[in-house]
Amino acid sequence: MTALLVADAISKRFGGYLALADVGVQIRAGDIHALIGPNGAGKTTLFNIISGVAVPTAGRIAFQGQDYTGRRADQVLAMGVARNFQHVRLFPGLSIVENVMIGCHARMGSLLQELLSYVRLEPRAERDARDRALEVINFVGLQGRIAMLPGELTLVDQRRLEIARALASGPQLLLLDEPAAGMNPSEVNQLDTLIRQIRDSGITVLLVEHHTRLVMAVADRVTVLSAGRVIADGPPSIIQRDEAVITAYLGDSQ
Amino acid sequence: MLSGYWESVITFAGINVLMGLSLYVPMSAGLISLGQAGFMAIGAYLSAYLTKLGVPFPLAMAAGALAAGIVGLIVGAPALRIRGIYIMILTLGFGEIVRVFFLNFTPTGGALGYSGIQPLTEFYWVLTACAIALVAVWRLRHSRMGRAMIAIHEDDLAAEAMGINLMTVKLFAFSFGAVIAGVAGAFYAHQTLYIDAQQFDFARSATTFLYVVLGGPANPLGPVLGAVLVTILPETLRVVQDWRMTFFGGLLVIAAIWRPDGLLKPLHSYR
Ligand SMILES: Nc1ncnc2c1ncn2[C@@H]1O[C@H](COP(=O)(O)OP(=O)(O)OP(=O)(O)O)[C@@H](O)[C@H]1O
Ligand SMILES: [Mg+2]
Repeated sequence: MTALLVADAISKRFGGYLALADVGVQIRAGDIHALIGPNGAGKTTLFNIISGVAVPTAGRIAFQGQDYTGRRADQVLAMGVARNFQHVRLFPGLSIVENVMIGCHARMGSLLQELLSYVRLEPRAERDARDRALEVINFVGLQGRIAMLPGELTLVDQRRLEIARALASGPQLLLLDEPAAGMNPSEVNQLDTLIRQIRDSGITVLLVEHHTRLVMAVADRVTVLSAGRVIADGPPSIIQRDEAVITAYLGDSQ
Repeated sequence: MLSGYWESVITFAGINVLMGLSLYVPMSAGLISLGQAGFMAIGAYLSAYLTKLGVPFPLAMAAGALAAGIVGLIVGAPALRIRGIYIMILTLGFGEIVRVFFLNFTPTGGALGYSGIQPLTEFYWVLTACAIALVAVWRLRHSRMGRAMIAIHEDDLAAEAMGINLMTVKLFAFSFGAVIAGVAGAFYAHQTLYIDAQQFDFARSATTFLYVVLGGPANPLGPVLGAVLVTILPETLRVVQDWRMTFFGGLLVIAAIWRPDGLLKPLHSYR
């Protein structure tokens, strides 16, 4: 089985601090792949590198066998890798539908088409993008909220909206950074269902989460990061019993 | 019919509306330009030069606007790497460069100014241009490019992560704004019939900035209202005319306190 995404020997240095040291991760197509580890382990840093928001100090990263190290974030998105943000980053001056439409931009064709559609009075691409945005908003369960502004949503709904915005770009790999943060148990259950639905629709998911129960329930594979290094990698059943993981992260409560 | 006096007031108000819209566009992408007068000067001088050669006015205006737009691309390029206050400094420097250039450029009169321009500006054409520019800016807001501009303005990191090419959008914003300023310049030159470099100084760029922040920088009607108020008030109220800059300075302070978003609220807050 070939991997959809391969991160090979990734290091990231912030000044004198080594946030990631020689990290290797392989994500198989169709998996829900979890990335867990204590605070400051480097999970978000790895996300930033995979999504092109940050450039690794050393190492290579490849998607579908193609090396894309050093590409800009917009190019990485166009390739089919979309993400949310641990600390929600919506566009407050755009409506909920427009926020999701931003995600559709990646699929809207060239700039020339853009200018032509701008001259036309009822551009089809624009209508299609709106329809698609509404579809994705339905999918994440925000259909009752579209009259609101992003800032008026609860934090949990803002996270859902960010997921919708990422999904609208039609990714093959979706990166979710702590989507369950701030959710109550029933919301976590909804998220569980949503993540499975996303996977079942053919999108590979890389999930960073501190909510261990959710991770162990949905993940096909788990990579554990601690202090910038991979300390374990395998199916959830094995990870849960791994001595090093229990010491570094899961603790006795497991 | 309107008296010649009011026709001229409306013409200048319309030119200022165009200037306000020319700044509104880059500002909605978070690019604050303090050099819009530079683009206006390019449109004014080039179109005047061409009409003097016998080129029809619409063609001369298009050439002036195009030249301003191309210079907008050149000025916009370094602006891709810098932000906020540094863009203001960069554009301020650009405006000064253009002013000094025309001050010394003898083919268009240099320090003596450029006179003998034909009176080709009709006030209804100015109003038509304002209407077209306003519709264009309004439609832009509801297009992919306009949404991308707002997204960049609000969070460029998230915008880039959502697939927006920052370079394309910022260059478009700068250049589109410059084109509108070029059109304003062409109208201006063929209205005043005499232009010199001092008419395109920093004060003009700063007044343009005033139209937008006073009227509302997140609503396409904001710069229109701002420009009309700032142009018409001194004409109707004698007191305002004598204390012009003091009055507007005070207005800006009051606006900053009571209406930090400008007189007109952001478009998305009207529902
Ligand atoms: N831009 C930066 N500059 C300097 N240090 C940074 C930067 N970004 C992250 N770090 C540091 O790198 C380390 C890893 O941070 P990262 O955000 O990747 O952790 P994380 O695993 O996502 O943690 P959490 O679970 O708290 O979100 C932390 O010590 C952090 O302080
Ligand atoms: Mg994190």
